[in-house]
Amino acid sequence: MVTVHLTRHLFSFFPRLEGKEIAVEASTAFEVVQALERTAPGIGFYICDERGRLRTHVNVFVDKQMIRDRRGLSDAVGPGSEVHIFQALSGG
Amino acid sequence: MASRILVGTRKGTFVVDKTGGSWRAQAAGHAGMGVSFVARDPYTGRLWALLGHGHWGAKLSISDDEGATWADAPAQIKYPEGARYIGQDMYADDASDFGIGWRISTRPATLAKLWVIAFGPGGRIHVGTIPGGLFVSRDAGASFELNRPLWNHESRGGDLFAGEGKGETKWFGTPASEGEFAPGIHSIVIDPRHPSRMLVAVSTAGVIETRDGGQTWHSANKGMLLEHTPEPEAEWGHDPHYIEQCEGDPDHVWQQNHTGIYYSADAARSWRKVSVPEQGVHFGFPITADAKNGRTAWVVPGRSDQQRTAIDGRLFVARTDDGGQTWKALRRGLPQECAYDVVYRHALANKEGVVAFGSTTGNLYVSDDGGESWTTVGNNLPPIYSVRFA
Repeated sequence: MVTVHLTRHLFSFFPRLEGKEIAVEASTAFEVVQALERTAPGIGFYICDERGRLRTHVNVFVDKQMIRDRRGLSDAVGPGSEVHIFQALSGG
Repeated sequence: MASRILVGTRKGTFVVDKTGGSWRAQAAGHAGMGVSFVARDPYTGRLWALLGHGHWGAKLSISDDEGATWADAPAQIKYPEGARYIGQDMYADDASDFGIGWRISTRPATLAKLWVIAFGPGGRIHVGTIPGGLFVSRDAGASFELNRPLWNHESRGGDLFAGEGKGETKWFGTPASEGEFAPGIHSIVIDPRHPSRMLVAVSTAGVIETRDGGQTWHSANKGMLLEHTPEPEAEWGHDPHYIEQCEGDPDHVWQQNHTGIYYSADAARSWRKVSVPEQGVHFGFPITADAKNGRTAWVVPGRSDQQRTAIDGRLFVARTDDGGQTWKALRRGLPQECAYDVVYRHALANKEGVVAFGSTTGNLYVSDDGGESWTTVGNNLPPIYSVRFA
């Protein structure tokens, strides 16, 4: 199982996820987002646009490394991986 | 008389009610979120907010309890697979006299901004977006579909779902796209006599009409003038900032354009410029038409496209009651020194003699007498994007 950590910011849109330990079956970052979508319908469109690309101001880390494939999120995740999804520190 | 106003701001939704003879604003959800537009569907009573999350994209939000609680709409606006458009990017070009160049390319469309929502009978909801999409629901918002005849219009290069089209577009961009310089649909006017007849206005292309419920579209820019260009009477390339019709006499349509104020008394078949620059009634973003008298409209003038502020630090609204032949400057109750407000295109409205507008400086003003005198509802609201009567 892959453990997913979400920015608190997303809990304001998906309050039912707050405080829960989120563990999903996935082999890529894209499949992590798909699994999140099944858990919390709509969240996938917060993280990615309608072409499946990671939104410009969102970052995904797999085991502390920022993913490389922002277009397709094909970066591999393994059993025991930890995935963090954050908003980028953009703005001011 | 109108007694509730919905206000969309950079930091949330506000409801403004007239209680005990005075107008009071209170926060009504979306705290900290950008709200491009908020309005009521008069057919269902539901409130709709168009959100622009900086990080998380644009979302449709709905409330069935007058803004006490909001939820993401069950169907969100998404461009369908294969939707592409011809876009332009500015780049540094030392070889150019101006130091910039434009790079044209065909690119996939993804939602940048939800800009305006309009409601029709029979569960029809229309949403104008950036880049340049008109999305239509026929089931009160349970689903939305891109209007393909407008998306594939010859004026923007033809059907790019099917192929490469003509390779050129006459739709240009707007800074309101917040990043890319893409076109946007900000005005949707539905003829109450024949709801299959609609006008949409695009920055930057012009006004476009359908008479068959969106199956075919044609330009409606006759009489518009592109001054300071080699082709002043061009069919395309116009920059309407906002259009609104007289609901009770829909042949009367008003347009605040980048190049001045225009009026049509023949359902947008032709336009006539009715600006009076020497009185300061010329440039601006919003315009609102009276619901009964087609010859009455209000604008909030600004100082030229180079400055875009209240003229000489003195904020005023201008009203015409004779189809733009004369304008009256309405200043009583509005700041007449050190005021540099700019009022966005959706942030002026009228209903039943009440007129309201809000500025990006966070000032919100209401008049209960058609604009003759104004009261201040608030001076410290977030930058105001939209003002609509509920």
